[in-house]
Amino acid sequence: MNAPAAVIEVTPAVALAPDRAPLLSPFGWAAVAVALTVIVVVVPVMALVVPPGSPFALSAYGLTLVGKILCYALCAVALDLVWGYCGILSLGHGLFFALGGYAMGMYLMRQIGRDGVYQSDLPDFMVFLDWKALPWFWQGSDSFLWAVGMALLVPGLLAFVFGWFAFRSRVKGVYLSIITQALTYAAMLLFFRNDTGFGGNNGFTDFKRILGFPIAAIETRVVLFVLTGLALVGGFLACRAIVQSKLGRVVTAVRDAESRVMFLGYDPLPYKLFVWTFSAVLCGLAGALYVPQVGIINPSEMAPSNSIEMVIWVAIGGRGTLVGPIVGAAIVNGAKSVFTAAFAEYWLFFLGALFVAVTLFLPKGVVGTLIAWRGKARESAP
Amino acid sequence: MTQTAVSVSHDDRGGSPGGLASFGHVADAARVDVTHGVILYLEDVTVSFDGFRALNALSLAIDDGELRCVIGPNGAGKTTMMDVITGKTRPDAGRVFYGQSIDLTRMNESAIAQAGIGRKFQKPTVFEQHSVWDNLDLALKADRRWFRALSARTGHEARRRIEELLATIRLEDATRRPAGLLAHGQKQRLEIGMLLAQDPRLLLLDEPVAGMTDEETERLAELLETLRGRHSIVVVEHDMEFVARIARRVTVLHEGRVLAEGTLDEVKANSDVVDVYLGR
Repeated sequence: MNAPAAVIEVTPAVALAPDRAPLLSPFGWAAVAVALTVIVVVVPVMALVVPPGSPFALSAYGLTLVGKILCYALCAVALDLVWGYCGILSLGHGLFFALGGYAMGMYLMRQIGRDGVYQSDLPDFMVFLDWKALPWFWQGSDSFLWAVGMALLVPGLLAFVFGWFAFRSRVKGVYLSIITQALTYAAMLLFFRNDTGFGGNNGFTDFKRILGFPIAAIETRVVLFVLTGLALVGGFLACRAIVQSKLGRVVTAVRDAESRVMFLGYDPLPYKLFVWTFSAVLCGLAGALYVPQVGIINPSEMAPSNSIEMVIWVAIGGRGTLVGPIVGAAIVNGAKSVFTAAFAEYWLFFLGALFVAVTLFLPKGVVGTLIAWRGKARESAP
Repeated sequence: MTQTAVSVSHDDRGGSPGGLASFGHVADAARVDVTHGVILYLEDVTVSFDGFRALNALSLAIDDGELRCVIGPNGAGKTTMMDVITGKTRPDAGRVFYGQSIDLTRMNESAIAQAGIGRKFQKPTVFEQHSVWDNLDLALKADRRWFRALSARTGHEARRRIEELLATIRLEDATRRPAGLLAHGQKQRLEIGMLLAQDPRLLLLDEPVAGMTDEETERLAELLETLRGRHSIVVVEHDMEFVARIARRVTVLHEGRVLAEGTLDEVKANSDVVDVYLGR
């Protein structure tokens, strides 16, 4: 190639700069190791081995609560990938979460078998609606693998098609946010209808078994919890690998100066589409893990407010940090379970106040602020 | 870690040049057909915004390897012309040919850039959150497909190239600094470095010396001098001293069309030009 600078003879003035940063710092790997130990060893022991009276025992309620928060945290990480790194503020990620949940819910409904109220092979709501056979889109739903596949595929496919049209038409910013919001709202209205075939406003509940194991048994719950924890750690590491890669740097560049990216010869469409679709698939996975633990899925999961709440988790924890969203989801949902038990009617005021306070005093979120402090401390150190 | 996507070669230059326009992603600077010695033709290009004709049947030809300066009063259509060439704006009428066979009006921005046309904006545009090094790394000529980017590593050859560019634009001391913290002139230099990293066949520079110190301006003039011949360069500039320093041929735009063309002295002597631009 005709390197223009080659005519100017240059001896490298600086030592070769280090190649890419490692996936995680040693401290980060230690934190992952601790998290894995807690998920795989400590929590199962607390739930199964420690006698129920002991202060170290974890009740089924506590186990489910933590498992639920881990599902939310996975969604928050997925949302941070598109919002924090690609600048796409999605107000509809709850839809992908709910679709993953519905796919798993369909399988769980089939697992009820003839133990339902009407003792029919069909799920109860179909008997109630006087349907004689399974609709075509329920075919295969008795298979666990089908459920897992659909939980990932349906949100992924929807995100891909939506993203294709939105990004190709260069819809961005607040317009894109509003469309995602409308999308989840429209889906909610669709799922509220009985005719849609997903149980209408009651959704799916009253599950009995998963893979033949009783779903309420503490052992089953521990397994689901461990899987959720592993999914969160895996999802986090995958997102981290993406943002550390060259693709991640291009995506961040798209966020900051999209036209410059295009004039460098990158087509932003596949880059955006990749992170967007991957994010939706992670949300679907979170939904599929959420439903067997909480035991219910209905269209209210698609309510716009749910998606907005996810954005709040990310903002409070720290956008563009990947760790922050996990912290944010834990803080908000932890506070929510305390508040709604103690003074339920004030919860929304508290959530609003928390959001305002973080926006005013910690605009980078909790983790973002910590990172900034550490950076300053390093700079001032000799 | 060793071999890299960065040095992905476009070796099969023997390939037929046909179909380049429709498959922009495989278009390559090396395959541009310049048999008639012309790298860029604009033919009767018209662009209107709400009835205002930013370009009015503009026709212009840039020779391969030449350094052309384009001057003109505000609103003459200089930036719109760059927008049309780089695919940012679709012309209402007219055609833009890159070499003999590639019709740029049918390609999008990224395909045009991949075909070997690089652009520097009027307002310096760099990736503010990325370090200077990463800015150059992203700009470096390489496979632009997303799945290659997922696993791409910056190889030895690429790193040496980045070092060279850092020396060329004299930002060795700011390698790890986020580009957003650079001074205006430094950003200008970084953007020019990014342009060189792309190794484009045709460079479009929109007011490159705005906000630069005299020394930086002088350096840029020297740099452009070294690029002359191996790259074709179009410079839009207001700074007449700079134009005088670098220009062989100058095109004067006025109200969306070419008013005059020639050496700087010729156009300065042109009475039309004197009337509309140099002012009396």
